[in-house]
Amino acid sequence: MQAKIRVQRYDPESSEQPWLQEYDVDAPERYSVLDALVKVREEIDPSLALRCSCRAAICGSCAMRVNDQARLACNTRLSSVVEDGGTVKIEPMGNQRVVKDLVVDLQLFWGKVRAVQPYLQPDAEPGPEEEFIASNESMLNLLTPMGCIMCGACVSDCTALEVDENFLGPAALAKSYRFVADPRDGKSGERLGALNEYGGVWDCARCYMCVEVCPKGVAPMDRIMELRESVMASGAPGTPGSRHVQSFANSVARSGWLDETMLAVDSWGKKNVPKLLSEAPLGIRALRRGKFPMPAFLHHKRPGHRNVRRIFERAEAGKE
Amino acid sequence: MADHDVLVVGAGLAGMRAAIAAHRAGASVAMMSKVHPVRSHSNAAQGGINAALRGADDSVDSHVFDTVKGSDYLGDQDAIEYMCAEAPSEIIALEHMGVIFNRDEEGRLGTRAFGGASYARTFFVADITGQAILHVMYEQIMKAGVRSYEEWFVTDLIVEDGACKGVIAMEMLTGKLRAVSAKTVILASGGVGRAFEPSTNALICTGDGIALAYRAGATLLDMEMVQYHPTTLAGNGVLLSEAARGEGAYLLNSKGERFMEHYAPKMKELASRDVVSRSEQTEIEEGRGVDGCVLLDLRHLGRELILTKLKYIYEAARDYAGVDMADDPVPIRPGQHYIMGGIKTDIDARAWDAAGSAGWDGPRGLFAAGEAACVSVHGGNRLGANSLLETVVFGKRAGEVAAAYARETPDFEVPPSRLADAERGLKELLDRPDNGEMTGALRLEMGRVMNEHLAVFRTEDGMRTALAEIRSLKERYQSLPVKHKGGVYNTDLIFHVELGYMLDSSEAIVASGLLRKESRGAHFRRDIPDRNDGEWLKHTTARLGADGPEVGTLPVTVTRWEPQARVY
Repeated sequence: MQAKIRVQRYDPESSEQPWLQEYDVDAPERYSVLDALVKVREEIDPSLALRCSCRAAICGSCAMRVNDQARLACNTRLSSVVEDGGTVKIEPMGNQRVVKDLVVDLQLFWGKVRAVQPYLQPDAEPGPEEEFIASNESMLNLLTPMGCIMCGACVSDCTALEVDENFLGPAALAKSYRFVADPRDGKSGERLGALNEYGGVWDCARCYMCVEVCPKGVAPMDRIMELRESVMASGAPGTPGSRHVQSFANSVARSGWLDETMLAVDSWGKKNVPKLLSEAPLGIRALRRGKFPMPAFLHHKRPGHRNVRRIFERAEAGKE
Repeated sequence: MADHDVLVVGAGLAGMRAAIAAHRAGASVAMMSKVHPVRSHSNAAQGGINAALRGADDSVDSHVFDTVKGSDYLGDQDAIEYMCAEAPSEIIALEHMGVIFNRDEEGRLGTRAFGGASYARTFFVADITGQAILHVMYEQIMKAGVRSYEEWFVTDLIVEDGACKGVIAMEMLTGKLRAVSAKTVILASGGVGRAFEPSTNALICTGDGIALAYRAGATLLDMEMVQYHPTTLAGNGVLLSEAARGEGAYLLNSKGERFMEHYAPKMKELASRDVVSRSEQTEIEEGRGVDGCVLLDLRHLGRELILTKLKYIYEAARDYAGVDMADDPVPIRPGQHYIMGGIKTDIDARAWDAAGSAGWDGPRGLFAAGEAACVSVHGGNRLGANSLLETVVFGKRAGEVAAAYARETPDFEVPPSRLADAERGLKELLDRPDNGEMTGALRLEMGRVMNEHLAVFRTEDGMRTALAEIRSLKERYQSLPVKHKGGVYNTDLIFHVELGYMLDSSEAIVASGLLRKESRGAHFRRDIPDRNDGEWLKHTTARLGADGPEVGTLPVTVTRWEPQARVY
């Protein structure tokens, strides 16, 4: 098939600004996006920089944006992203500094991984000739997060990281889950305590982008949601994130809908006047557009709220 | 003063295991790799890792015997005994580090069957065992805080007065050359699969360490022993693990027959890899293939087992061959996979002859482990799931011995002239006039030559042709230009240097193959189809002379297992 590969180029040695460059490629049907890029590099333009190694979705080197979405170039068929004679857009991953062309600086990525103490911390090891006893189910459960190849696709397209670089992000949190859920690890309490803080599990915006772009089915957001449940179940002290969720649930259970004023008050804490005042501009904007939430004392129960209550009760019973 | 006691080049399983061992032994350690450690090719080991840990009837001796037999009696039996004896404790050590091995019903470590093994002694994590161990090993590196030079590409070993004193390397993000000095250097930089096209190997597997050691005067051993894996995809050579056959998959020819019944009546699909690959190639050449392939059939295993235990293989067949393995057999053929040969080391991973005058040598302070090395434990043919074992056992040994050696080595300075010389060489390379030759084209030619003449079946004529063609490629390489002149992440330059490494290894492979006048293990000669223990129960050696490889032989160490006919 014929395809135009439009690559976002960048070379700090020749230009301060990135530029777009198009390459015409004649590719066999079975070609992946990576095969096409390697062909460009070997036959047309040896200055094109990209990372790649295994060609088989194991090493995690070749994550990049293909038509605006992060993917592994090696397991993306060219014919699945561009029609014969069409143009495919190739860019470096997002949320990370570009070093050259499609190569990004992974310091940010690994810094976040290192921040979750990414190694097993058992309370006590069995003897030198004995393994830990653990069920096969518990190990199989870890197969999903261990399937992560640290390619960075989830970090590239994470919408929460885009607005707050302090967020640990999907890859590091999935890595953290791998230890919290490992029956051999002895530090899950401390781990959950740390994840309960600013930058941890509550900063996920639940946009599903990481689930969508992960090439290995790790589904980081699902792991983050499991961590949230573990944080709540662990009885960790309230933080704005956990109180936000609690207030949300309480309000809906009580009245059938959300009391947005109390949500802010509960999340930040009644006595946290500076934070509550910092919400004032938002309140004023809402007021101007006629969207100011009902003051708490006027918040009434919606019709049929008893049915909502029953749903909560059934869900609680189901958990036990 | 030297920058490090121990510098490990390569950060796959052997390299990281070495770094951890040296760190625990109190040495100041650094790792250096042209890729981030978790990108290393140990990832690709899918099926598992062998150990006679606690099978009811299994024993270390049985593991040793299977390995010796698998090696076609070319493996050194003292080294094999050491590896198999260390295996159980290394499995436990990996488990303690956090590897999520498959369990049995009691929650203890469980095993699966694998090729060439008398018992099910392969420990595994689904079909991502290498990846699962590699990532856990990197967790331990992060925990220990070992210094890691990531994306540094080694261009030279610094050797002075017969001792290795560090490396010259390029920091890829800037393109600057640096001298990094060390009292010991451990080469754990993997195999040279990319000298063949196609290959199951990652694009980084260019045998850098093998060529660096060879150029620095080390001895290469049994370089002709190149493994072709029986189950690789036709298009891009991607590997489908032996775990498929371990779990019960069949190999079928175009008539739907399980043809391995004719070649290996007892072990059938689970005979050793050289045997299965030759059988497949025979079926294909005698007209019972399907478009140059035979078929790997998993249908009877059922979708559920395939999706839990062989998920990666299932995805690879789906993505790269367009086959749903639960519904249809997938076409596969033998493909280059592994090199049993490599840098000659002793059991302590030393690449020089510490015992003295045994007919081989190399720079003092230089160590090697993993696929880059040849101890030799795989001899003429490696058993599946013994490679991961080799990386951790000899990686650990290399780290420990290097740490001890460094303690006794007086401090030194590397003269600045070493770096200046390297910088001058680099400038000359970049200044070469463009004669229109492309690195990629030369690499493909080399790969085609090697895959045509050094594959499952070989002949004197074919290998002579290969030698002439490799030498002619080396000539052309002398004037091959680097087209991109930039400093930052210049992969054009890296590929150029890698091609030089691979051409050196290729020449050593062909020369060693021509020397061995018999068929043994992976080295099967159509013109001399029999094993000849009388004359050739020997290792081949290759050292770099003025006109290319100078070949020789070394005796094989036989402890308790005298050579027998090899029947599966």
